[in-house]
Amino acid sequence: MLLGRVIGTVVPALLVDELAATPLLWIQPLDQAGRPEGDPLVCADGTRMAGPGQTIYWVASREAALTLDPSFVPVDDAIVGLVDEVRLYPPEDLP
Amino acid sequence: MILGRITGSVVSTIHHPIVEGRKLLVAERLDPTGHATGGYVIALDAVGAGQGETVLILDEGNGARQILDDADAPVRAIVVGIVDAVDLERS
Repeated sequence: MLLGRVIGTVVPALLVDELAATPLLWIQPLDQAGRPEGDPLVCADGTRMAGPGQTIYWVASREAALTLDPSFVPVDDAIVGLVDEVRLYPPEDLP
Repeated sequence: MILGRITGSVVSTIHHPIVEGRKLLVAERLDPTGHATGGYVIALDAVGAGQGETVLILDEGNGARQILDDADAPVRAIVVGIVDAVDLERS
């Protein structure tokens, strides 16, 4: 799983039946310090709770489909949970 | 599996049910000599790993689902071991 930030929503005009009720969000992937890293992508939101500005963690491939119910659906990336806080240990405390 | 070092943790209240009651760790990826490669991964904890520890991370979905004993778990990365030492043959 990796961190990301919701930067927008996607409103499809037409979508396969299995995804009809699933929110789709634009995600900017982040590094562990919360800095943008890589290209934005579209995530399905199985939690149905994420909105713009929210930090989330997401997963790709088969695991992305498993976040949804039913899980045999055509998605690449999906949100697993919402981040309240990332607690990084101070670098000087790491061996 | 990959080598990693625990650099932090993630606090999450709203999540998929598989995360409930489990610890989410931030781990930076290490090369065999113990240097950070620049990448990281958020992994579930299966062994009780803590701050700064070098760990073995399973980064494969089917294996993770076996460890969690849940055929539908949407999890790929899971910390499965704590590393004492890595010995490399000198070339």
